[in-house]
Amino acid sequence: MSCELTQSVLHGYLDGELDAARAADFERHLISCPDCVAALEANENLRSSLQRAGLYERAPHALRQAVQAQLGAPARSSVIPMRNPAPWRWLAIAATFLLAVFLGWRLFPLLRGTSGETALASAIVDAHLRSLQPGHLEDVQSTDQHTVKPWFDGKLDFAPPVHDFVNEGFPLQGGRLDVVHGRTVAVLVYARRKHLVNVFVWPTTEPDSEPLSGSQLGYHWIDWRKAGMEMCAVSDVTPDDLAELQHLLMQ
Amino acid sequence: MSAGVEGKGWDVLDSQDRARFEQLVLPHLDAAFNLSRWLMHGRVDAEDVAQEAMMRALRFFRGFHGGDARAWLLQIVRNTCYTWLEKNRSVDLTTEFDEELHPQPSVTPEALAIAGDNRERLTRALEELPARFREVLVLRELEGCSYKEIAAITSAPIGTVMSALARARQRLQRVLTQSAAQHKQEAGREL
Repeated sequence: MSCELTQSVLHGYLDGELDAARAADFERHLISCPDCVAALEANENLRSSLQRAGLYERAPHALRQAVQAQLGAPARSSVIPMRNPAPWRWLAIAATFLLAVFLGWRLFPLLRGTSGETALASAIVDAHLRSLQPGHLEDVQSTDQHTVKPWFDGKLDFAPPVHDFVNEGFPLQGGRLDVVHGRTVAVLVYARRKHLVNVFVWPTTEPDSEPLSGSQLGYHWIDWRKAGMEMCAVSDVTPDDLAELQHLLMQ
Repeated sequence: MSAGVEGKGWDVLDSQDRARFEQLVLPHLDAAFNLSRWLMHGRVDAEDVAQEAMMRALRFFRGFHGGDARAWLLQIVRNTCYTWLEKNRSVDLTTEFDEELHPQPSVTPEALAIAGDNRERLTRALEELPARFREVLVLRELEGCSYKEIAAITSAPIGTVMSALARARQRLQRVLTQSAAQHKQEAGREL
């Protein structure tokens, strides 16, 4: 009858799941246990057979298409009518966006920067407005930066800097992912008294820049680049408050 | 998030949620199909069940608050498979946990290497295993999941995952070497 470790620890060892101390214990055990040596070799062979045999089966094209259809790709929406929101909702969103851009252009002609930056500011104000709708503010709701930061791991190809500024009057509320101009960005949510501040963060290859600020629809924003990250804070707090948070984030 | 919102279907998912779903969950469609294929035997059933599981994932997506999206999706796939199997093939699950009471004949690494060197034989041997052994092997060896992920997907403690893997591997080795020996015998008789 073989050693009882072949039924348990050996597999943890084979799978690299033992901590260093237990792995070392098992390696010492291997020196004196031919059963385990043979079982380990057999299991290694089995593993390489399983992995070499090409048993993994990828999703067939038809399945992928069916799932895409469920997600409501426009070309297929007639098949599954429930899946798309009513068209007027899209119109409403588009109208809000156009209004924001129009007002931004018409009423705040002093907004600095190129037209590209103006469009970006509009998109970010729009995302800020969207986030204030119920249930949209945070994907991870926590005042603990050590909870919020790891939440972003694996969801983004960059690591946004996450700091709580509760002592400075900007307690961290949480974070979420958002899409601005087709790019996935991290959003950190801070509170300032009864107001909320969204800080959008994404990587950039552009050089560092001085903060650029403006306002649209009564919301203020401030945008800057530092050390390969571009950040844009947006809120209905006063521009001074926003500048204060920007200072904290710059450090 | 209010319970009212969670209770509703995918029709309340807005474009932002859909974009998140596409970004976080959709990349694991292959993993979903692969698990379904190994739990369901037939490819047609596997496709149907994987599709149903994706629909369920979409419906429950508002309840997903970050974390390991693959494990989250595979848990749904697994539940969908078992629901289907229970409904349609009760036999499959009743033979689940017959404990190995007899001492196992030892398998030499060489015999195993020869037996395992045949895709068709491996596939058949894997399909012969009870579903609960098959799933841990598929998740570990084909999908590359950690014990922690397998524990989350199968709703079992990590210790149970390790012992299930131990038993699954032992049974697979036995089935493989037996079928190889049988094959050899038959070949001998034909000569």
